[in-house]
Amino acid sequence: MELDKKGEIDVIYLWAFVVGGLICVIGQLIMDVGKLPPSQTMVILVVAGAVADGLGWYEPLTSFAGAGASVPITSFGNALVHGALAEAHKDGVIGVLTGIFEVTSAGISASILFGFLAALVFQPKG
Amino acid sequence: MANAKHKKMTPAMIAYEQVAKRREPGRPVLRNTVLAFLIGGGICLIGQFVEQFYITVFHMTRAAAANPTVATLIFFSALLTGLGLYDRLAQWGGAGTSVPVTGFSNAVTSAAIEHRSEGLIAGTSSNMFKIAGPVIVFGVVAAFAVALVRILIFK
Repeated sequence: MELDKKGEIDVIYLWAFVVGGLICVIGQLIMDVGKLPPSQTMVILVVAGAVADGLGWYEPLTSFAGAGASVPITSFGNALVHGALAEAHKDGVIGVLTGIFEVTSAGISASILFGFLAALVFQPKG
Repeated sequence: MANAKHKKMTPAMIAYEQVAKRREPGRPVLRNTVLAFLIGGGICLIGQFVEQFYITVFHMTRAAAANPTVATLIFFSALLTGLGLYDRLAQWGGAGTSVPVTGFSNAVTSAAIEHRSEGLIAGTSSNMFKIAGPVIVFGVVAAFAVALVRILIFK
């Protein structure tokens, strides 16, 4: 089994916290200083994630910050581009369309499934 | 837009608006930012523990572990949202709770629960993506454009 060495594991926890926290700080500043509503802030972050992956910046971030890069919503934009490009390399331009949800399937499916189940089980709060 | 709004207002209304604006408490930007960093970073740290769990127990690569990690966080976020706990955390966390994927799940789940009384089809399913939808729409449109540029121009 190719586990990371002990030291590397410790460092990735630190970077996950710091990088994940900083992406949230960017979001908070867009809302507080830029005075934009949360919905627009999320859209900006997703688009930024997609553009960052197009420039090849997001993958290095994921490899050294782990969940710090893959948990914030920016990774959703990154994953959409990733799926589109992977499929496009196989099938040509049409792959951009067919591959777009390839990587993000887990996130979308889980959100729909668990959201639906929660609606069956729980009552609205206040 | 602001001017168009002002045209419909009497001078007294404009004066009131200016007073209200002056009296409005400033946003505690520093406090919000620190909380967003700590809570958002904390959620990603939990994500890292989950990711490490999949890497260690199921022998996945880091890249392969990202998807089950996201799904796991979404499950717990939906659970905490249903229990009313995630929204309590969100009062403190601001962007720290809404930027991680758990915030996406929270938006989906709370809309799903809120509209349950209108039925599973007309309520829950129709409204599920009311808040989270824009992220998917703009994400897909942007990703399509970016991927197309990459394929056609740089490849």
